[in-house]
Parts: sequence; C-alpha cells; structure tokens
Amino acid sequence: MTTNKIGLWLGAVIFVGIGLIALFAPLLAPQDPFQQDLTRRLLPPFWMDGHNPTYLLGTDQLGRDYFSRLIYGARISMMIGILTVIGSGVIGTAIGVVGGFYGGKVDDVVMFAITTRLSIPLILVALAIVSIVGSSTTVVVMTLGLLLWDRFAVVARVATMQVRTQDFVAAAWAAGCSHFHIVLREILPNILAPLAVVTTLEMALAILLEAALSFLGLGVPPPLPSWGLMIAEGKDYMFFSPWVITIPGVALCVLVFGINLLGDGLRDLLRTGRTT
Amino acid sequence: MVLFLFRRLVVALLVCTAVLVFAFALTRLSGDLAISIAGPNATANDIEVVRKAYGLDRPLIEQFFDWVGRAAVGDFGQSYFYKEKVSKLIFDRVPITMTLGLVGLSIALVIALPLGVIAALNEGRLIDRAISLVALLGQALPSFWLGLMLMITLGLYLGWLPISGTGTWQHFVMPGLVLSFSAIPALMRLTRSGMIDAMSADYIRTARAKGLSRGSIILKHAARNAAMPVVSIAAVQLGFMLGGSIVIETVFALHGVGFLAWESISKNDFPTVQAVVLLLAIVYTLLTLLADLLNAVLDPRLRAS
Repeated sequence: MTTNKIGLWLGAVIFVGIGLIALFAPLLAPQDPFQQDLTRRLLPPFWMDGHNPTYLLGTDQLGRDYFSRLIYGARISMMIGILTVIGSGVIGTAIGVVGGFYGGKVDDVVMFAITTRLSIPLILVALAIVSIVGSSTTVVVMTLGLLLWDRFAVVARVATMQVRTQDFVAAAWAAGCSHFHIVLREILPNILAPLAVVTTLEMALAILLEAALSFLGLGVPPPLPSWGLMIAEGKDYMFFSPWVITIPGVALCVLVFGINLLGDGLRDLLRTGRTT
Repeated sequence: MVLFLFRRLVVALLVCTAVLVFAFALTRLSGDLAISIAGPNATANDIEVVRKAYGLDRPLIEQFFDWVGRAAVGDFGQSYFYKEKVSKLIFDRVPITMTLGLVGLSIALVIALPLGVIAALNEGRLIDRAISLVALLGQALPSFWLGLMLMITLGLYLGWLPISGTGTWQHFVMPGLVLSFSAIPALMRLTRSGMIDAMSADYIRTARAKGLSRGSIILKHAARNAAMPVVSIAAVQLGFMLGGSIVIETVFALHGVGFLAWESISKNDFPTVQAVVLLLAIVYTLLTLLADLLNAVLDPRLRAS
C-alpha cells in the first residue's frame, strides 16, 4: 500500500517537475538553445575531463549548449504528449461511450472501428502521414491524436456498459432526460477515473512515438530541440562522444517512467477505492 | 463453434476491406500524388507526364478498384524508386523481418514467463513489486535509443555482438532483444495475473490436498491454465512487433520489410508504402484470428459464447 503511494507520488513529482521545466524553459535555460558556435563543438559534460563550466552538459555537433536544448526539449515532449491525449481522448471517449451506451448494432460498428484501428501498423502509418503531409509539430500532434484513440474507446465502452445499468441512470431515464443529458451528466463523470489511467498510458506512448518519428527524421523538424531528434543528430558521434545520445535518452526515459508510475499508482488507487 | 468461426472470419474480411480503403486513401493525403512523385524541381509539363504515366488522371474510384483488383492477385505494381515489382521487393525481405520478429518473441517469452510466474508466487511481496517496477522501467525505454546504447556497450566496448548487418545469427540478437522489450511488460503482467487466478482455483486446492509437490502443482496445473491467454496475446504481440520492427530495422540497418517501408516512405515510393501497410494489417488480422482460434480450441467454454 505504502510502496504504491510512493510510486504515485514519485511519478507525480517527475511529471509536474518536467512540466514546470517546460513551462519556464526560457527562464531556466542558461544559453540560447539555437545559438551555434563551431569553435566549441562536442564539448563534454561536467563529469568528464575537458569540460567547460559555461556548458553544464557540454555542446552538440554544432556547438549548441546541450543543457539549454535539453530544457527546451521538455517543452516539445510535454506539448506533444498533452495535446495528443486531448485529441485522442475526445475521439476515443466519444466512440467508446456511444458503443457502450447504445449497444447492439451501434456497438458492432464501434467494435469494428476499434479492430480496424488496431490492425493498422501504428509507426508505419504515422511515418507515412507525416512524410506525405509534411513534418511539423502540428502534423505530428494531429497524426498521433487521430491514431491513439483505441485504448480510450475500449475502456470508455466497457465502463459505460457498467454504468448504464446502474440505478441513477435508470432514474434519469425515468425523469425523461435526453440521451445527451444522460451521457454528459450521468455517464461521463462516472467513467473519468479509468479514463485518467488511460490518459497517462497514451501520453507516455505519444511522447515515445514523437521521439521515434523525430529520430527517423519524420517528426519535429530541425533545429527544434526534440529529444528524439537530438538522439538522431548525435547518432553519428555516439561512438566517440556517447553522452550526446545518453543525455536526451535518459531524459526521455525519466519522463516516460514518471508518467507510467503515475498511471500505475492511479490504477492501484482506483482498485483499492472500489473494493473498500 | 462453426458460428463463432464464421463471425470471426466475416469481421476479419471486413477489417481487411477497411484497411484496403485506408491504405489507398493514405497515399492520396497529399492532394496531388503527381506533384509528390515528380519532385520539387518538376515543371507543370513534367507533372502532367507523370500523371499520365502512372494513370493518376483517371477517376479515383477507377484507380482504387484497379489497385484492389491487382492486389487481390498479389500484384502491387511497380516500385517508383527501385523500378522493380513491389511484390518481389517485399517477398525478398520477409525472411529477415520474420526472423527478427520470432527472435524477439522468443526472447520476450523466455524473459517474461518466468518473471511473471515468480511475481505471482510472491504476490504483494518485495520481489513482486521489484519485478513490476523493472517492467515499468523497461516500458519507458525508447526502442531506438536502447538499440543505440546496446551498440555502444555490447558492440563497441565489450565487442560481444556485431553492430549492424544480417550476416550471421549473432546479428539478430541485439535487434531481437530490443524488439522483445516492447512485448515483455504485457506478457509478464498477463502471466502474473493468470498465475494468481490459477493458484487460487479449486483444482489447485485439490492438487494440494492430494499431497502433490509444489513444483508439480505450479508447472503441471497452474502454469498450464495461466499459459492460455499468454499464447493468444503472444500472437497479437508478434503482430505489433512486425509493425514496430520499422524503427529497429532502421537503427540496425537490417534490410527487412520495415527498412523497405522506411526507405519507400522517405522516397515517396507510394505503391510500396501502400503494399506494406496492407500486408502488415493483414498479417496482424490473421494473427489475431489465429489467437482467437487457439483460445477456442484450448478453452471449450469460449466456443459456446
């Protein structure tokens, strides 16, 4: 019980912490993350010999301050994670609630939509869309938002089915409330908790996918300091200066791990809340 | 049973039809395909020539049914970039991707099953929590980054494994390991919860009452029942892995279907992109169908419902 709480809190601290870093990036970054200086290329970070105290985490292949780029990179990951789950959350919840609420033929169509979405290879299609439409942060968010709704739909559908049979919904029916009113006022508030868990999972997935897309050169375009893009740019130098890929990779891991911890903690909280 | 089979087959066919439409629409997203193919330096005249040459001046519906008709007999047209038959391009690369997928799945099962069983037998204790924490951490590792880190450590510093290419079986170990990571958490959780359910079942109590040894109870009675959902999820995970291999094949320069997909995407080679999307979707659908059938065969209760 207590260890779960620790995980939940640790996850929350990581998520909120990186969120604050993203929000206040201009105040926190010691240098301009886009300022190139070819005389100071690939300087090592502070724990290695030959580092320069001005550049805490060293510099990249174009002489840009790695610490400042890392801080600004948090903005991209956070923004993509949050905006994507807003989009996919709305789409998936709407689809799932409709299927669970009406059942029958409508539900068959919803199940079919979910099955079809699951059969479509995620990374491949995301890459193709971004490549065809053109890579930008907006396109990445839209693409991921339009693809990552499946788990929201699955969970919303099952949760709606359970809530639909409860007495207070029957009471609302009896009172002559409209379908729209019942879904909005009676169903939605009661399925928010499981959806919150899905939100964390999908946010983590969206952040990892953005990094993968950017790594493959079809995500956030340069010179933006996306963590995935930083790894891609550092790849050619990784055998001599491994820290150019280690640093952004660890940042990515910490953020995704934090969000997953948060989700896991929330799920445990829900489970114990239900049994007591 | 027959009705269940029939229903599943109909759904699978419908899904494949929907994917056909999706794969076709996907490459038309840019608005004008001819402009994309002709490239940035093309004149208006060049674009017209390309439009005629690829049959893009015909109505969309006609183009669609033409493509579907050919795809149905395994003809996905000519690759714009390789100037070769798309079907041959893909066919030549399937063995590498299949090898990678199967190596990845094997590694995932070898790691996930024992961990899941150990976690279940120690439910709620420290070791159970430690295992789920490790799984959570594994889930947070970006596959492309893990691949690069393994290249640096196992490949460069320790020199245990080759860094890229497909020459020997050793070349598949690192990419397989990276690929397995995406499947381990799901497989492990399922094994764990399956084992916990199985261990509290009546027949386990009976087996205990008969005085069977703990090892025999765990392996012969509980694990067999817990394995059922794992088998079906393993098939589904293999489908996800084949789709996810695009990133890993690119990192390790494995010239499989994923690498082909990435190349054709960056080269605007639309017939190849369409074909790979379609094929991966069909393979995934077949694997889920297989998983459902396996479940139905293993568990007679499912056939009735």
